[in-house]
Amino acid sequence: MAKIYSKKTLVNTAMKPKKETVSFLLNYSKALSFIKVGKMNIETIAN
Amino acid sequence: MANVQTPDALLVKQYVGGDESALSTLIDRHQSKIYGFIYSKISDRDITDDIFQDTFIKVIKTLKSNSYNEEGKFLPWVMRIAHNLIIDHFRRNKKMPMFRETEEFSIFSIMTDNAMTIENQLITDQVEKDLRKIIEELPHDQKEVLMMRIYQDLSFKEISELTGVSINTALGRMRYALMNLRKVIEKHQIILTN
Repeated sequence: MAKIYSKKTLVNTAMKPKKETVSFLLNYSKALSFIKVGKMNIETIAN
Repeated sequence: MANVQTPDALLVKQYVGGDESALSTLIDRHQSKIYGFIYSKISDRDITDDIFQDTFIKVIKTLKSNSYNEEGKFLPWVMRIAHNLIIDHFRRNKKMPMFRETEEFSIFSIMTDNAMTIENQLITDQVEKDLRKIIEELPHDQKEVLMMRIYQDLSFKEISELTGVSINTALGRMRYALMNLRKVIEKHQIILTN
């Protein structure tokens, strides 16, 4: 059988972030809002 | 039936307009590409997760604050954010690099223990002891100069002041002291190396 000398590629397209990471991002997105005061954009996080 | 996918630009628009589920679709659609890209540079699952999270926090903040311009495409834009965060990560870790052991690379090839082994310590002690013994055999005036110069680290000017002789005499005594030491060492075949 032919020997494969090339290194294993590190890029794995099937790799996905942890469920908790995605869930955190979605919750963070829901909690985050910006309030425009004049020229300023104030960031607020709802608990 | 053809599977029609909502374009990224439309999803971004929907998300900016308040539709939170659009973000979920965008993450779901691109997560493996972005995650794989980060992992290809970092090779550590936990750090990759952190950078992935930071990337999307930036994405969310930019989109929610209406700072996103639609000039570029969504995925390349997110990839660029991830790329910048990867660079930041490496810059931060430059001062304290982390090495992982692989087949081709052993951590011990760059790490050495500079402390002396017990054997080396014993040899050094023995050499030191032998040398002291030989020095004790020198004539008093030569021994005095040599001890002051080598063990007390005094300059010849200081030695001449302390012993009440000229600098040249002190230098001469040092020279004779070293010559006599050499003679004794050669005569008795003493090995004074570690």
